[in-house]
Amino acid sequence: MARKAAIVGVADTPLRQGVLAEDGTVLQIQARAAKAALDEAGLSFDDVDGLFAAGAWGVPGPGLFMPVTLAEYLGIRPGYLDGTQIGGSSFEAHVGHAAAAVAQGVCEVALILYGSRQRSDASRTLGARGAAVLNSQYEAPFGLPSPVGAYAMAAMRHRHVHGTTPEQLAEIAVATRKWAALNPAATMRDPLSIEEVLASPMICDPLHLRDCCLVTDGGGAIAVTSLERARDLKQAPVAIAGFAEATSHWGIAQMEDLAWLHHAADSGSRAMAMAGVAADDFDVVEIYDSFTITVLLSLEALGFCRRGDGGAFVSGQRTAPGGAFPLNTNGGGLSYCHPGMYGLFLLTEATRQLRGECGPRQVKDAEVALAHGTGGVLSTVATCVLTRA
Amino acid sequence: MYEKPLPAIDVESGPFWRAAREHRLAIMRCRLCDRHFFYPRELCPHCHSSVVEWTAASGRGTIYTFTIARRPAGPAFKGDMPYVVALVELEEGPRLMTNIITGDVESIRIGQKVAAVFDDVTEEVTLVKFAPA
Repeated sequence: MARKAAIVGVADTPLRQGVLAEDGTVLQIQARAAKAALDEAGLSFDDVDGLFAAGAWGVPGPGLFMPVTLAEYLGIRPGYLDGTQIGGSSFEAHVGHAAAAVAQGVCEVALILYGSRQRSDASRTLGARGAAVLNSQYEAPFGLPSPVGAYAMAAMRHRHVHGTTPEQLAEIAVATRKWAALNPAATMRDPLSIEEVLASPMICDPLHLRDCCLVTDGGGAIAVTSLERARDLKQAPVAIAGFAEATSHWGIAQMEDLAWLHHAADSGSRAMAMAGVAADDFDVVEIYDSFTITVLLSLEALGFCRRGDGGAFVSGQRTAPGGAFPLNTNGGGLSYCHPGMYGLFLLTEATRQLRGECGPRQVKDAEVALAHGTGGVLSTVATCVLTRA
Repeated sequence: MYEKPLPAIDVESGPFWRAAREHRLAIMRCRLCDRHFFYPRELCPHCHSSVVEWTAASGRGTIYTFTIARRPAGPAFKGDMPYVVALVELEEGPRLMTNIITGDVESIRIGQKVAAVFDDVTEEVTLVKFAPA
């Protein structure tokens, strides 16, 4: 690419017990995060000429025109708009699209926004349950709890094909909780044991409550510009070295192989090839953890272990603080926060790790990071390779 | 009063739902590549030809994967708990989402042989479910 792009500012919304620390609408949440991300970069709203947003608010209504609504609310008139909605992986895709736009010179400063009041509004479902239309009519009548049921079906299949045990899945929840204990912003910080995960209520076999992400509020923002401009800004720039996205299916019944994320393998290998890195080059890895099985499947597909070996890979608390493979270092969707579409926080954490700002949870000398988002019911993925610039 | 989600039957899905009401399982087949597919589509999802036709499926298949719902997908499903939601792989190849009708949810296994049963949930709608064969 002609011009390289960099992340120059990040923000995530302060929470208390998973609820907004300062109450606000989804628009207020995003305005505050936008200001915080621009402020830490040393940029202003006048610099922003690209606006990216995804979320689950205001639909039907202004949320159908998400970046347009936000531009009006923020009082800016960007010349580059992107409302790509691929679930929790949207923000990795936005960073990729922003990097491509900056490289082409069609956008100079991109602002990526997200906001959710999911916990405060006491709603887990992303949309109301009306009549089942179009392709959803072949699934909705059968009462699969969504999204957990679809992930449970994948976990069941993985167990059948590869012998993956509930204990191995629990290893991920336990290790992630240890990282959360090191993050003062995390919602759940009390110690958690494998026995406690297995003793938590079964939601959809084989997934227990503690295999599932939290239900919280949250929001955040990311500012992207060219690497050359980034060098004059306030933060150490984090280069967007590689990116890719891919889709597999919309409904879980259409997924080709429920024990293998071929689209994640594709997206991951393309992003790594663009960056010129391989799986063993990463110092810190942030993988969307909607459920423990999401992490296990992603580790295999991204090439961190062989297909089917995910259970063995995460055993012995390998991904915990002090382990050989630092993973989801802010406490993840399992223990930090999960406002419905978690992908933005993979990027804020990877950025802060590469800047060396993470205090007790800092991974020493982190130079190469992965942020890998998953959306829908294992439907979509997007991957970003970030490096210290 | 049936309170669970019902399909919004449209011009494309109509033949499938009409067949179900007559207790037949109708799926589509591509006349060009000779593969079956579900759900019905304008173009074959394998080779994208438009030469597609409805065909009768045997109603026999195996459980590809499943879960046991211990929490309901909304209040209407509360009375059914625990219940099995499965992806059944039909003899003809395609998979579909369904419920497995069983008195013992713990006995359900991947690879188990199942056969279609037709559940007339309203006057207009019949759902295709499966039971161990």
